[in-house]
Amino acid sequence: MKPSQFQHHAPEQIGEVVGLLAQYGDDAKVLAGGQSLIPIMALRMATYPHLVDIARVPSLSAITASAGSVKVGAMVRQAHAERHAAVATVPLLAKAIPHIGHFQIRNRGTVGGSIAHADPASELPAVALALDARIEATGPGGVRHIDAADFFLSTWQTALDDGEILSAVEFPVWGAHSGFGVEEIARRKGDFALVGALAGVTLDGDRVTRACITMIGVGSTPVRCHDAEAALIAGGATTDLDEIGRIAAAPLTPTHDVHASAAYRKHVSPAIVRRALTAALKEARS
Amino acid sequence: MNDRTRVRLTVNGQPESVEVEPRALLADVLRDNLGLTGTHLACEHGVCGACTVLIDGEAARSCLVFAVQAEGSSVTTVEGLTPPDGLSPVQEAMRDCHGLQCGFCTPGIVVSMTAYLNDHPNPSDDDLREAMSGNLCRCTGYQGILAAARQAADRINAI
Repeated sequence: MKPSQFQHHAPEQIGEVVGLLAQYGDDAKVLAGGQSLIPIMALRMATYPHLVDIARVPSLSAITASAGSVKVGAMVRQAHAERHAAVATVPLLAKAIPHIGHFQIRNRGTVGGSIAHADPASELPAVALALDARIEATGPGGVRHIDAADFFLSTWQTALDDGEILSAVEFPVWGAHSGFGVEEIARRKGDFALVGALAGVTLDGDRVTRACITMIGVGSTPVRCHDAEAALIAGGATTDLDEIGRIAAAPLTPTHDVHASAAYRKHVSPAIVRRALTAALKEARS
Repeated sequence: MNDRTRVRLTVNGQPESVEVEPRALLADVLRDNLGLTGTHLACEHGVCGACTVLIDGEAARSCLVFAVQAEGSSVTTVEGLTPPDGLSPVQEAMRDCHGLQCGFCTPGIVVSMTAYLNDHPNPSDDDLREAMSGNLCRCTGYQGILAAARQAADRINAI
């Protein structure tokens, strides 16, 4: 099908973007790479009288490294981020991107667009949540920052206010002796994950000094597994990872759909967590 | 609301200027306004890959790009990948290895395979399988397509 009619706006400055969003309110939607938005419009799941195309705002396509973090502008394409030298210091981001769709999608899809879209099965919201990233929102009142933990409210719902745009995401850089893993179950690579886990650890010998475990496809948002992280930190690098997986999966209440039952999603979750942690620990030791 | 917008872009090396509705997909503009019907449209929501073209050298679904987003870009369609005489190495490999039957998905396959091999000169069989996973084919069972990708990769390397 074809999208319904809309007026296309192509501002060149973030101030103009915010102005257009204020002017048109609910009738306006931000267009970044369009790889999720255009299918939604083509299927007529949504219609927007005004699209504010942010591709010509140069400041939104910047990647800047500073002490302890890497800031990725909203319009940075996923394929570009994956190859960027600064993103190599955020290995979880670089490892998660190849799991998104297919390479043709990653050439157009953006980091900010995926996070603002907030699909609970997508990888980049989970990366933001796992790493305690800070979301930069720009609105009529200027710039504010939202912790990833407070950002994802439900499927396709975020803490962005009306009139605000996600302008960048700051990903923390973890120190030495850290490792990361991304594991997914999907019918075919590139399909939406039925269940996925993203994990990170920092080691001091066999002590785990820092851990993150986030799951996708198991709820209405990506899910951070705090109890499992605490158990891993308490138990150290030689803990039984199957047990950590069981702790992570225990509170999950996944839904069923045509692709997989809720019971199946719950059943495979511990194994996916174990695999992601195994990869993360292996990398941290190397 | 349905005001038309002028879009200037380069298609297969030719400068083009078209007046289109903002909602016009790049795929539709290539086919309907510019007569380049080698780009095929099937699912129209980014799943099948039949409409794949190169935008500034990078493979993309032309059903997931509004023509207005391609303003100033250089677009290459399957027509633009075909040499004046004969076939490209990828097209030749598709013929040699029976990589097509009905041919509907073939333009998208040829464009995706060409783009991938340009960026990845030494792919493993697993790499090729993953690279081609974004293009659906309902005839071949994919083995001929993967054999073609292997042959094209090896021939391009031998040159």
